[in-house]
Amino acid sequence: MVDPIKVYPAKPSKVYFYGTCLVDMFYPDAGMAGIQLLEREGIEVIYPEDQTCCGQPAYTSGYHDEARAVARAQLGLFPEDWPIVVPSGSCGGMMRKHYPALFKDTADDVKAAEIAGRIWELTDFLVNVCHIKLEDLGEPTTVAMHTSCSARREMGVAEVGPKLLGQLKNVNLVEQVRAEECCGFGGTFAVRHPEISGAMVSEKVDTLVNTGAREFVTTDCGCLMNIAGYAEKNQKPVTGQHILSFLWERTNGDGGKHS
Amino acid sequence: MSETTHHSAHHIDVKEFHPRARAAIHNPQIRQNFRKAMDGLMTKRKSAFEGWDLETLRDLGANIRMRALANLPDLLEQLEQKLTENGVTVHWAADGDEACEIVRDICLARDAKSVIKGKSMVSEEMELNHYLEDQGIEALESDLGEYIVQLAEETPSHIIMPAIHKNTTEISQLLHDKTGTDLSNDVEYLTANARLQLREKFRNADVGISGVNFAVAETGTLCLVENEGNGRMTTTVPPCHIAVTGIEKVVPKLEDVTALLALLTRSATGQHITTYFNMISGPRKADELDGPEEVHLVLVDNGRSTIYQDDELLDTLRCIRCGACMNHCPVYTRVGGHAYGTTYPGPIGKILMPHMVGLDEGRHLPTASSLCGACGEVCPVKIPIPDLLVRLRQEAVDGDKLHPAKVRGHGAKRGTVEAMIWKGWSWMHARPGLYRLGTALGARFRKLQPGKLGGWTQYRTAPKLAAKTLHERMKERSQ
Repeated sequence: MVDPIKVYPAKPSKVYFYGTCLVDMFYPDAGMAGIQLLEREGIEVIYPEDQTCCGQPAYTSGYHDEARAVARAQLGLFPEDWPIVVPSGSCGGMMRKHYPALFKDTADDVKAAEIAGRIWELTDFLVNVCHIKLEDLGEPTTVAMHTSCSARREMGVAEVGPKLLGQLKNVNLVEQVRAEECCGFGGTFAVRHPEISGAMVSEKVDTLVNTGAREFVTTDCGCLMNIAGYAEKNQKPVTGQHILSFLWERTNGDGGKHS
Repeated sequence: MSETTHHSAHHIDVKEFHPRARAAIHNPQIRQNFRKAMDGLMTKRKSAFEGWDLETLRDLGANIRMRALANLPDLLEQLEQKLTENGVTVHWAADGDEACEIVRDICLARDAKSVIKGKSMVSEEMELNHYLEDQGIEALESDLGEYIVQLAEETPSHIIMPAIHKNTTEISQLLHDKTGTDLSNDVEYLTANARLQLREKFRNADVGISGVNFAVAETGTLCLVENEGNGRMTTTVPPCHIAVTGIEKVVPKLEDVTALLALLTRSATGQHITTYFNMISGPRKADELDGPEEVHLVLVDNGRSTIYQDDELLDTLRCIRCGACMNHCPVYTRVGGHAYGTTYPGPIGKILMPHMVGLDEGRHLPTASSLCGACGEVCPVKIPIPDLLVRLRQEAVDGDKLHPAKVRGHGAKRGTVEAMIWKGWSWMHARPGLYRLGTALGARFRKLQPGKLGGWTQYRTAPKLAAKTLHERMKERSQ
């Protein structure tokens, strides 16, 4: 019942990159940024071609048979003992925290637990395994940060994003009121309870706008499409980016172009 | 005995969560009252735990509760034995109706006409006030919040602060209308008037009814935590005291209370200690000048022993009813306590009420959460509330063949169309080639993406498919 203490591995020569379905379809730039940040740290990034989705949408909706079938298709993707890095606290949390429960009483229980132990949220990995040093090449700007609930509470990485942004000398990080409160995404929650979710995201956007920042960064694409989508639809003066895209654009020197 | 079936006339339809939530969200007064109150409670809790090793204390609290539950049957027997030795009469009730009947019979035996009540959520669960009224027995709430709620003919919207949905102006108006006090925003004036009215009732009540926070098995002690002194009055002034509680409230030893009390008051209201802490160990003894002549304890099951049968759901019974989960819940803060339509609202209600009303009635409760985890993070006894919500979602759709659902009313939320969508989703995502083809086609024809996506685009723009998937970009890169 006590959360297992995180034991960070030594910096490896290779990692698996688990891109997540939202990054794959909607935010591939964030995925490329994450891969390039890792490569710049001298790590070879292996992108298993057969990856699809961690299974979380079905899992949190209660369809565990369906979630298990999809999750099982991911278990064979990581044969070597390299760390598996994920540009999302939410998908990372699913694989690290919930795979063992999902595969309990199945033939895959040991494998699922072994893989769960190798899952790392990417910003956490950059700070605490790569010990990354960032050199800011961008113009002065002010940003706010929204750490996803799963990054904060399942992966325990709430301190990491501000540390990374703190390394950027031209970036002024401001904190919104009730920073730790959920933005209202919650996967299918946003569709099952649109009014409640809408009330939550509207207040989140207001607190972000009230910081004076005109851009925010976040660890998770679910929060990003929720918060930025609300701001866009309601013409609120704030835009969002995945934190990895932001970090890469400010530090790579070519204005954010991807190879 | 006249049998009433007041529970079958459940006046609130739990299933109608959506319209109630919608109405609350569009009510600026409700939104403002809850936001302000919850912000205050969160701040108070945080400062109350400053300087404490909170994680260790929570581990201790969780362990005490888990140990108590592990030995629950034995502890209940020990509690009954000790209480009996102390002169307390112990009653067992399988459900709320039976508990009501026990209370009625005690009242009838004493020819009691008026009852004064301290705060008790179990009595809310039993709908005791209505029952007693039907029996011709007046039951008056003496906790100020409960008193307000009773005057307004409402139910509590919070388990610790029953009238938290009302602001001072609304309360002033209510007291003016119902008790004739002057309209005033002077809280002291309003409280003093309520106190005056209640004082007379305490003096004349035939029976006092209270809840229990902890029942100590080794000593047969009933602990009652309160701030207003009404709990002490209720349990000492009338000649007969009836305590009602759920069977899970028992702890093995007196020393277990220390940690749980430290957690309870700080988690609930951010207090280091409440104004009153009562330890009730029996009726007035021959050489004592005050206290009730008779003390009864009604131990209420009402679904708890069914929860107890399941190793995972069992964690629900650790709860010490502090309300921190609702104070920190972004959903509760938006919709307020009444939207749930249940005795216990908020996160604890979402994991407890499906067992009491059935998952068919309570099918929407476990879905009304973004699974943000704030509740689990603050729970003083570490109930894994988000995991239990997922478990109940699974039960509601019969979603796991490996672990067949067992909660009453399970499967009620499984719809043919939704089940087919998840099957199709699963089929595609378990086949990498098909997934790549599908997502690449999506990217190619992204201009055809619908601009409207139900509830999503009611508040937000639709997410935009990228021109190329990450899979495609990595493929190109490797060539």
